[in-house]
Amino acid sequence: MIHALALILLCQLAGEALSRLFALPAPGPVLGMGLLFLLMLTVPRLGDFMRPTGEGILRHLSLLFVPAGVGVVGHLRQLGENGLALGVALVASTVLAIAAGVLTFVFVARLTGATGGDDA
Amino acid sequence: MRDFAEIWSYLAETPLIWLSATLIAYLAGDYLAQRAGRAPLVNPVLVAVVLLAALLWVTDTSYATYFEGAQFVHFLLGPATVALAVPLWLNWPTVRRAVLPIVAALLAGSGMAVLSALAIGHAMGLSPELLATLAPKGTTAPVALGISQNLGGSPTLTAVLVILTGMIGAVVITPMMNMMGIRDWRARGFAVGVAAHGIGTARAFQVNPQAGAFAGIGMGLNAMLTALLAPWALGLFQ
Repeated sequence: MIHALALILLCQLAGEALSRLFALPAPGPVLGMGLLFLLMLTVPRLGDFMRPTGEGILRHLSLLFVPAGVGVVGHLRQLGENGLALGVALVASTVLAIAAGVLTFVFVARLTGATGGDDA
Repeated sequence: MRDFAEIWSYLAETPLIWLSATLIAYLAGDYLAQRAGRAPLVNPVLVAVVLLAALLWVTDTSYATYFEGAQFVHFLLGPATVALAVPLWLNWPTVRRAVLPIVAALLAGSGMAVLSALAIGHAMGLSPELLATLAPKGTTAPVALGISQNLGGSPTLTAVLVILTGMIGAVVITPMMNMMGIRDWRARGFAVGVAAHGIGTARAFQVNPQAGAFAGIGMGLNAMLTALLAPWALGLFQ
């Protein structure tokens, strides 16, 4: 497990370094994800090895957002003053983005014959 | 026995107490979510944030003090993003066959998230600084903070908007998809990953593993695209 964790951290570190080095728009952890994925694709044995640790971290992914969420306490006044506009913008844009994404996905999947979801 | 206030003032200054409080608040949120049969509105993050915010208010603790302890949990966001490679690898055969829908849905979802948020915010009179703060709200937290800073927004407020967006996405996705009659788990997962990053992804994993894997991909791709898209979109409204 420590080996797997070390590899995850190394991928993140390499991602951060690449992101800074080439001033890429993608952040370190996202590049790290790509890096780890390529490693697992090249060495399938590595994939089976990483699986328990990776799934363990992701099982409680929601927990990791709690500290940033509590940051709301420092912005109550600002949120109060602009609450309506921010609230409407957040709710409407999220609903619209989900609708646009899902409809486009289904439409293009049908168009290109790329079906094959569990229940498609 | 020593005075309770004395012990409290000691404990309140150590990371231990706020780290423990974060985990316990989350467990309470997770327990309630389970009891509610994973009803979308009883989101574990939402419950934990409300409990902790109330606790900070009651004990008159600053967010900076709280974060001393909570930073250990916050730090794991990076490694968890890297770990999304695992479900991506497991679902790679399915993902490979869906490259075109993925690219098209990414452009549509990501573009819609940024443009509609800015258009509504602009129409409702938000200041240019708040628009810059709002623009990256659909991307995963560490990326959104960087984008917000580059655009001249307030990174800490962006973090809050990011979390709120995630919670909104996690709450609406299941009822919305059932209402729209969409049963393709790939499409459901991918759309919520693009629109509501990690919190949407966490929700997708609860509902269906394939949806979770596609949500993780959506979140990662959206982080890259928004970094390119947000400055351009903001230019349209400033």
